Amino acid sequence: MTNPDLLLTVTNLSVSYDSIHAVNDISFDVARGEIVTLIGANGAGKSSILRAISGLIPYQGGIAYAGKDLKNIAADQIVALGIAHVPEGRGIFGNLTVLENLKIATWQRKDREKIAKDFENVFSLFPRLRERGKQLGGMLSGGEQQMLAVGRALMSDAQMLLLDEPSMGLSPVLVREIFKIIQDINHAGKTILLVEQNANMSLHIASRGYVLETGRIVLSGTGKELTGNPRVKEAYLGG
Amino acid sequence: MSSFKAAYHALLAHWHTLTGYKLFWPVFIIAGLAFCVAVDTYGFVDLYLQLILIYVGINIILTVSLNLINGYMGEFSVGHAGFMAVGAYVASLLTVHSFPAGAQNLLFPLAILAGGLGAAFVGFLVAIPSFKTRGDYLAIVTLAFCMIVKSVLENIDAVGGPRGLLGMEKLTTLPWVFFWTALSVWVIRNLVYSNFGRGVLSIREDEIASDLMSVNTRQVKIIAFVVSSFFAGIAGGLFAHALQFINPRMFDILKSTDILIMVYLGGIASISGSIIGAVIYTILLEILRPLGIWRMVFMPLMLVLLMIYRPRGIMGMKEARLFTPLRDLTTEKLWRQKKKEAPDASA
Repeated sequence: MTNPDLLLTVTNLSVSYDSIHAVNDISFDVARGEIVTLIGANGAGKSSILRAISGLIPYQGGIAYAGKDLKNIAADQIVALGIAHVPEGRGIFGNLTVLENLKIATWQRKDREKIAKDFENVFSLFPRLRERGKQLGGMLSGGEQQMLAVGRALMSDAQMLLLDEPSMGLSPVLVREIFKIIQDINHAGKTILLVEQNANMSLHIASRGYVLETGRIVLSGTGKELTGNPRVKEAYLGG
Repeated sequence: MSSFKAAYHALLAHWHTLTGYKLFWPVFIIAGLAFCVAVDTYGFVDLYLQLILIYVGINIILTVSLNLINGYMGEFSVGHAGFMAVGAYVASLLTVHSFPAGAQNLLFPLAILAGGLGAAFVGFLVAIPSFKTRGDYLAIVTLAFCMIVKSVLENIDAVGGPRGLLGMEKLTTLPWVFFWTALSVWVIRNLVYSNFGRGVLSIREDEIASDLMSVNTRQVKIIAFVVSSFFAGIAGGLFAHALQFINPRMFDILKSTDILIMVYLGGIASISGSIIGAVIYTILLEILRPLGIWRMVFMPLMLVLLMIYRPRGIMGMKEARLFTPLRDLTTEKLWRQKKKEAPDASA
């Protein structure tokens, strides 16, 4: 358990909404520098896992980040610890400009020089965001909004990114572009926990993956293993 | 006529130079204060008009401070009259009972400040339980708060009960109103354009995303609410010493409604809108006074029409150039600079 390479450790996590068990006794871990993906159909409990990690919902079990227990830590403090969550539906601040959207992620940061560097980094990763700087977040296209959501997460200087369905509602070309960028971010040193319905793409870029069904992990393995698994093929990759 | 038109166009063309000019606000503040002191000393404006100007100032303070909660933060508070009452009673009790008769004028700002602090403290007490929940509950909690303040005041004989409180000297003068109005506008405007202010805006846009972007939403909400209550208390103290008489019924839900109308008339999330809304509403009510009871038909009708043709109010979500920061934020500067260096990125 004291493996220093393990960045995130989730042990026996359960989440329930009233009487519905969304997540049932799940354990998994993410090592530093990995892309780990959780795949599964609608209602499998993927988003609930991410919400539990970010401190948005109460849960049973343990979640530890870099050896630190995250229970009873407020959501805004968890971000400061180094976990940035790009929520489902992106959560763009529609009436604020792109620049303001990015700036909010630095709310707790005091390191001005590093912030300036991160701005440059985000703009070079997403040149489109620089062009759209003064436009309102709500006026962006779906793909641009997704870029803004990821860029915003990077602005919080997190070591780990939780991405909730970044491919949702995007055209196949844009999906490929977003996944390419996720890989780039990973190569630049960020650890990524990726939740997806698009099993094909996410298994392709992931080092490891877990398959969820109705709140339980039914399969796990490296991206390649899972892509070759007949059960995964049948259920998620279309035969 | 054509020369007038030319002058108008010249003014328009240079408007941004004029309003972006660094000296505008210092000059405006000094000139305004000098004017107010002159009016107060030499009395060349008749007293009725002076009283209207005083009400305009008080209403600007109320509107700008409520806009922080209802406009910028996107919550819905209807408790502003309650905080105003706290400020009015605290300040009045001080000037009537505690301060020596000779030093009233000198100690008046302290009384107003105490009224503001009293309201801020009560605002803090209200904010803690009400922001544990999300959304519409704040409206219910502040509505209840408004009722509680009124009945508490009605049942304390020491502050006059339902009869109210008398004996304040007319300490609210035009210069003081100008000072407090300028201060409240300045503080709230700076708050809104600060890092803290961005947190306030992000709560309005999407509270969960705001949490996920490291904004301490609970802290931001409580501080914003306390600041808003503080200025409502200031306005209450000024109001009490302008009218020289207060009773609990003045601060019921109808008073809150008045302030809400000014906020939504002027436009949410806009300092200039708040000022315009307060000025128009206050002056219009006075102009329409000869209509008697028909005034109460005309005003709502005007509001209905406004909501049909300008649903976001006169300046909703917009700001006059005068109130936006002169120098661009550091981020923006960086963005400009980078854009210049890499023009091909936008091609």
